Amino acid sequence: DPDGKTEVVLLACGSFNPITNMHLRLFELAKDHLHETGKYKVIKGIISPVGDAYKKKGLISANHRVTMAKLATKNSDWVEVDDWESCQSEWLETLKVLRYHHQKLLSADVTNSVQDAVPITKLGRKRKQESNRHEPVKKKNQSPVVKSVPQVKLLCGSDMLESFGIPNLWKLEDITEIVEKHGLVCISRAGNNAQKFIYESDLLWRHKNNIHLVEEWITNDISSTKIRRALRRGQSIRYLVPEAVRAYIERQRLYGPEGEDRNAGLLLAPLQKHASEPGAHGLHN
Amino acid sequence: VRMRSRIPVILLSCGSFNPTTNMHMRLFELARDHLHQTGQYQVIEGIMSPVSDKYGKKGLVSARHRVAMARLALETSDWIRVDPWESEQNTWTETVKVLRHHYEEALRAFQSQEFMKNKYPTGSSTADSLSCQQPVLPELKLLCGADFLQTFKTPNLWKEEDIKEIVEKFGLVCVSRAGSDPSQFIQESDLLSEFQHNIFLVREWIQNEISATQIRSALCRGLSVKYLIPDSVIAYIAQHNVYTAESECRNKGHLLQPLRPQNTPINPLRD
Repeated sequence: DPDGKTEVVLLACGSFNPITNMHLRLFELAKDHLHETGKYKVIKGIISPVGDAYKKKGLISANHRVTMAKLATKNSDWVEVDDWESCQSEWLETLKVLRYHHQKLLSADVTNSVQDAVPITKLGRKRKQESNRHEPVKKKNQSPVVKSVPQVKLLCGSDMLESFGIPNLWKLEDITEIVEKHGLVCISRAGNNAQKFIYESDLLWRHKNNIHLVEEWITNDISSTKIRRALRRGQSIRYLVPEAVRAYIERQRLYGPEGEDRNAGLLLAPLQKHASEPGAHGLHN
Repeated sequence: VRMRSRIPVILLSCGSFNPTTNMHMRLFELARDHLHQTGQYQVIEGIMSPVSDKYGKKGLVSARHRVAMARLALETSDWIRVDPWESEQNTWTETVKVLRHHYEEALRAFQSQEFMKNKYPTGSSTADSLSCQQPVLPELKLLCGADFLQTFKTPNLWKEEDIKEIVEKFGLVCVSRAGSDPSQFIQESDLLSEFQHNIFLVREWIQNEISATQIRSALCRGLSVKYLIPDSVIAYIAQHNVYTAESECRNKGHLLQPLRPQNTPINPLRD
């Protein structure tokens, strides 16, 4: 942007089953943190609910999860929901979702550039320049049409970071590309293991400048699992999820006892996929 | 088989509400669920009672704002309301006096309701026909967090007779975090042990420790508090510029009203 700050889009992937105030807080904490470094400007937040093919136990239909996420973000002026991932018939690796959104920004950027371009270079050449721009652009002889594409960073909690260590859940090359080419913003509770986890992995350590750890001082343990549990037991979830989400769950009678048995006994999609794939999975060392 | 009537309960929460957070409101929801699950109670109302400005706590903004914010926060609730009575008093009011006031109000409402029912019997409700001839008087219970319970130990803060009246005549519903367990604290006090049947301990398994102090601190630093307090309260704070570096300095160096010499009780809680 004109101040020389790198523009960032925060992408959160997950079940959002259902979305809670804690999920929404992640965005707020991440944005505040990145802004306070003075180097970044967060321009958008994207919530990308996982597709039904993920086969996680208790995962209700994507239609509901996307609708609830949209209800939850209707009062936000910068966080939105993208349902591309949820519409795919097969489960998609997180990296693919990152790449998709990055590509989307690239195309949008080229379109914008073309629109206000002074035709100096050919379209093809400009596009090639931009696709290699991952570093923040320094303010020197920039023609008005060429600007760096915003970075898409994966927003997550420390549980996702530590899931890099679960055998067969992630492909090593995917983790590498995520931390190398995109970046991670990881929110965790004070006194957590995230720093230690990064220290203990050569790969993560090498890219630690691209892994932003944000400490959440206000303990906020509103996990979707607990929300579903409370609902099964007829307990109130008010003030833990946005009111519109609570009302939707009530109207649609979601998360009754049967809901939790969905996909019971099935293997999580990435585990199933990677079990039969050659190549390195997860972090070793 | 005759259906046993549940005892109607009103929950009263006293505090600064500076500002009201999602956690303040969660306490009500947790307490209500807990009492309902005992099978013996029916929570009919929740009352939020912001403390008067005379309390003298550091950073306490004017009651006018605190009541307005509580009202906004409770817009979506159909059973909890804010009552400004305590905040409108000229002096700081002991918690036990606030309890007495609201109990008298509740009794009055109950009695006029019974009077109307007897004068104009409608015979509509099954509950009425099944319940025993004596209608059940409502009970008023003080809703609080475990930290509030702990303040009973603070020297000079409470009069022993007040604590006794609270746990004997009214009752306490105390919500605590997953990790902490106030039952030991209760066991260590003869007074509290005697009335432990009237002290309801509720475990909050979904941790949500949104302290108002942290909220004010975040606001002063220009950090986001969205999803920790209601949007309507955030908008109000911005519109009226409620929390600033100056407001945080209010009452700085002053002693809390209950601790001031004229209020010092002779026998603090000592077991």
